[in-house]
Amino acid sequence: MIFSELYSVYYNTVAKIIAVAFEPKTTEEDLQCCVLEEAFSESVLTILPALKSRKWPLLHDDLSPALHHEPTMPLTTLEKRWLKAIAEDPKVKLFDVEFPALDDVQPLFTKEDYKIYDQYADGDPFEDENYIRHFRLILSAIKNERPVRIKMKNRYGKEVWIRFYPKGFEYSVKDDKVRIIAAGCRFRQFNLGRVIACEYYDGQGPWTEKPQVEQKKELTLLIINERNTLERAMLHFAHLEKKAERLEDEQYVLHLRYYESDETEIVIRVLSFGPCVKVLEPESFVNLIKERLILQKSCELK
Amino acid sequence: MQVAYNERIKNFEKVRAYMREFYVYGFKNRNEYDAKSARSYDDERRRIESWLGEYMHFTQTAEGKNVFLSVDSRIIRKNPFYKAWKTKSFTDGDITLHFAIFDILHTPEIRMTLAELIEEIDRRLSSGITFDESTLRKKLKEYTEEGIIQTEKEGRKVLYCRSADIDISALDDVIDFFSEIAPCGVIGSFLQDKQPRHNELFSFKHHYITQAMDSDVMAILFEAIQKKCYITVDNLGKYANKLKTIRLVPLKIYISAQNGRQNLIAFHEQANRLNSYRLDYLSNIRIEGTCEKFDALRDTLGKVEGHMWGVNCRWNIKHLEHVEFELKIENDEQFIVRRLEREKRCGYVEKLDEKHYRYTADVFDTMEMVPWIRTFLSRITRMNFSNRTVENKFKADIEEMYRMYGIDGGDIHDIQ
Repeated sequence: MIFSELYSVYYNTVAKIIAVAFEPKTTEEDLQCCVLEEAFSESVLTILPALKSRKWPLLHDDLSPALHHEPTMPLTTLEKRWLKAIAEDPKVKLFDVEFPALDDVQPLFTKEDYKIYDQYADGDPFEDENYIRHFRLILSAIKNERPVRIKMKNRYGKEVWIRFYPKGFEYSVKDDKVRIIAAGCRFRQFNLGRVIACEYYDGQGPWTEKPQVEQKKELTLLIINERNTLERAMLHFAHLEKKAERLEDEQYVLHLRYYESDETEIVIRVLSFGPCVKVLEPESFVNLIKERLILQKSCELK
Repeated sequence: MQVAYNERIKNFEKVRAYMREFYVYGFKNRNEYDAKSARSYDDERRRIESWLGEYMHFTQTAEGKNVFLSVDSRIIRKNPFYKAWKTKSFTDGDITLHFAIFDILHTPEIRMTLAELIEEIDRRLSSGITFDESTLRKKLKEYTEEGIIQTEKEGRKVLYCRSADIDISALDDVIDFFSEIAPCGVIGSFLQDKQPRHNELFSFKHHYITQAMDSDVMAILFEAIQKKCYITVDNLGKYANKLKTIRLVPLKIYISAQNGRQNLIAFHEQANRLNSYRLDYLSNIRIEGTCEKFDALRDTLGKVEGHMWGVNCRWNIKHLEHVEFELKIENDEQFIVRRLEREKRCGYVEKLDEKHYRYTADVFDTMEMVPWIRTFLSRITRMNFSNRTVENKFKADIEEMYRMYGIDGGDIHDIQ
């Protein structure tokens, strides 16, 4: 259904090559560049040689196109069905866009067909008018490289204005929240859902403040492969940079790199594996686990 | 005779298995893979390196060289695993015909018979390759099924034309966003390939990119669910490690945002059970006839969903297990109460006194809740599970953790 040559890198690259070949004075190097930019590292061995040898007779000997038009292909039914499915997602309202008419198309899936069952319940209000307005203003500011100022509550509950250059968005499916990535101020990111007001900022800088660079830290875990822990842990931590080693007796060592700001989250995620995952190093992380266990011990759970 | 190495592949299943091994595990050496030959392993590794070279790493161990894939998915803007879906093999004739057909039928208004198309293709390609009518007819039929070519009848003649183009130029950001977060996002990635280059503004946290490898399975399951059909599917047993063909009514796909797993909730008619099946263990799905009971089965699932913590469920709520635990929460730790409220998927939270809160739920499988309950270690004061085996195991595990970290008789001074 999905695995089709119609979507392949090779068809896309050949389309690009033919389009470039329509431009006057195109050289073989220009065509080779298309392969390097569009295709895989070993594709240079196949694509251009096949076109030049006329195994794929789509170029003349002088590398001009044998075709009359720059290649195009209509959307497949599968692509239209996916578009129709996402057009029905509430988050689409964030984007101020008109979807193409897909009236006669069945969506590939509807919200009744799947469930993200462990997503947190306090996600952003994606259908709230103010939230949508803030998102759109920030999106426009990013595209036009303009600064903004936002009103938020600080940790003491006081409303404050902060100005910065928005650079992008970060979305977490687990939190179901959007964060704004910032530059030109000391904070790296802001929760979009916590923005009270938002507007373009027309004042002058200075924009000398820089957000603190997110430090990565290393963690080494011992996995005792009981109750399928190996697979569960490997999948659970799969989104992080990691490396695994096998010891003996169904024991494995897993090296992870995580962001310092996520440390508390990583601590509780390690705890969730119980005695099947043990922190080996660093000592500081071992102590974070020990602290929690000592507190637990003091609860005198019988 | 050995077939020469080719970057393109015909069958996705083999590479699906290798990519999963390299990404999820990555500690096996060459000899441990269940390949037909070492050459087969070498070919798959070489292909994956060609597609995902920047994420591929190697370690040398006493047993040999291990290959693994490591990606910080918070940094990337596009799921690199989608590339694997863009490697399907084709013949010289396939690719030539493809470009020739759409060059001739370059607007939806151009309509041609098969004979006219053959003639025009020959003219345009200057006899680089010639195609017979049956080859072209087969290709056009395939493209009609894909929805990119349409047929019209004019008297006795069948005319072919391209389907109408749809303008997606305004959807760059929408497609960038949903390609990474929506089910079957790889299809969005196919659409991205048609868009002009632009700045991608979204990054993603807690992003489980390995789900990409099961995109085809998921798409076929959605198709079957939409059609309310039975499926026959090969399922790799969790423990037996053996393929078993089963017939199911697929009802809903359960996706995890916290562990990267995707499960099909389906009715196993023969066993008269509502079961869950890991998508990464399913293959070779065939859609069969309509299931008349589909709507009733879906309704029943809807009624029991409120008692599912994870993916395990039963037909009726007679089999529920009661779960209760209490936490000590200080006044300045209200974030813990908020955690309970946002992370609970069922059940309820109540305040017992100034410093104690209770969580209560009735679920099908207490065991599924255990990892979550452990995240509250440091403040659990009381627990009461109707499944005593799980409760006892939970407590024994805590004791084991005390031993593991050397605090089975110690106090806070144990921290170095």
